[in-house]
Amino acid sequence: MNGKPETLAVGQLTERKDAWWLEPLLTVVVLVSFGIYALYVALVNRNYEWGPYLSPFYSPYIQASWWPFSPAFLVLWVPLGFRATCYYYRKAYYRAFFWDPPACAVSELRKSYSGERKFPFVLNNLHRFFWYLSVIVVAFLAYDAIKAFFWQDGFHVGVGTLVMVANVVLLGYYTFSCHAFRHLAGGCMDCMSQNKTRYGLWKWISHQNERHALWAWVSMFGVALTDVYIRLVATGHLTDLRIF
Amino acid sequence: MSTVQFKVFRGDKSGGALQEYPVEAQEGMVVLDAIHQIQAKHAPDLACRWNCKAGKCGSCGAEVNGKPKLMCMTRLDELDISQPVTVRPMRTFPVIRDLATDVSWNYEVNKRITPFSPPPNTDWRMQQEDVDRVQEFRKCIECFLCQNVCHVLREHDEKTGFIGPRFLVRVASLEMHPLDTANRLPMLKDAGGIGYCNITKCCTEVCPEEIHITDNAIIPLKERVVDEYYDPILAFFRRLFGTKKRPVSGAGGQAADD
Ligand code: SF4
Ligand code: SF4
Ligand code: FES
Repeated sequence: MNGKPETLAVGQLTERKDAWWLEPLLTVVVLVSFGIYALYVALVNRNYEWGPYLSPFYSPYIQASWWPFSPAFLVLWVPLGFRATCYYYRKAYYRAFFWDPPACAVSELRKSYSGERKFPFVLNNLHRFFWYLSVIVVAFLAYDAIKAFFWQDGFHVGVGTLVMVANVVLLGYYTFSCHAFRHLAGGCMDCMSQNKTRYGLWKWISHQNERHALWAWVSMFGVALTDVYIRLVATGHLTDLRIF
Repeated sequence: MSTVQFKVFRGDKSGGALQEYPVEAQEGMVVLDAIHQIQAKHAPDLACRWNCKAGKCGSCGAEVNGKPKLMCMTRLDELDISQPVTVRPMRTFPVIRDLATDVSWNYEVNKRITPFSPPPNTDWRMQQEDVDRVQEFRKCIECFLCQNVCHVLREHDEKTGFIGPRFLVRVASLEMHPLDTANRLPMLKDAGGIGYCNITKCCTEVCPEEIHITDNAIIPLKERVVDEYYDPILAFFRRLFGTKKRPVSGAGGQAADD
């Protein structure tokens, strides 16, 4: 014993009495469900558009003759990489999937640990590059949302239009509350007074960044629900209500 | 007035066990009051550290029902007192006796950090917006609860390659200071071991001063390390325009021990 108090009985993970396991459990359930759904959507390669609506899983829509698989795969690696290297999701999956640790003051199962110093997790340092690419994807989704107002018979608003607008707003909050953006916008400066514009931007991002985890979850549900809506309309299970 | 059972660790570095004591609960009582009552009524030799009883001296850190807490700020009405309440010393540091642990490793780590290094003939006037960020870090009371809960230190005992969240906060307060000239990024990446941190945020969860340790100190420092070591595009431009990385050590001036 190196002077550290032996606190736990063999096999006991913690002395905590609260439901510490609930958060990692919910994280696993939600992320695995989303992963399965995303894979299904990408693989089926149909029912992803209706009228001017396009599923976010297929945007930007890239038709390439040399690509034999679903076009979704040409795009999905960007949001996947962005979320996988996101500082918030890192916390969530290190806790839930790797038990590094599963919750605070709860013991881990593995003894060896090198954190983000070695492959593969050292690659998380490339988060900002996925951010650059994600901004492009969000720009395409914004374009899709605008296109959803323009039907063959003119300018109209359907429920699907609002769904697509809401989706891009949520993704915008998630993307622009990112820690890497916060750093690039102004966090890298020591003297904020030297550049008031960057300081102002940094303050705005810092404010949004406090809810980055919330935007991460909500925007993920937003993407899935937008696809579900368009899919249900495209397969005829739901009628898109035209508001005007 | 009800009686609450307390199970308190009694022992030293050679070992010990939980011992049970009854405590007469009173309204507004905190865990430290309970420990004092145990000292007064049952165990005058029970060792614990405390000073201010106001959450400001940072001495009374312990593990209450398995959670790292300041004993003086943990009210009994936050706990399930129908069950015995367990109080143990902080797990990451060697026990001296009972609830008192030896936290001197932290003071050794502190010495490894290049102190505040202003340039010569500093003009000490600063704008509020330049110091807003670092003022948050000055709230630290050095309770070391964050060091205690951090799994890198607690589970993996990485006390040579990692300085821990408290000292990442201190480095952030120096690196982001508008008048500091030293470069601590090589230390952060190598000897400081910032890569060990996987931003799982337990430090932030336990900090009694509610410092946003991960969001405002560690992640911004990680981004600065990325600028310096992991961003090939920035490195390309640095080479193209001949801009040098920041100087490795302080530019002179007197280094205040801050
Ligand atoms: S966020 Fe990093 S420093 Fe804080 S407790 Fe977790 S691993 Fe340790
Ligand atoms: S950062 Fe917070 S938890 Fe860590 S030593 Fe300072 S006050 Fe305590
Ligand atoms: S006695 Fe000072 S912080 Fe608890």
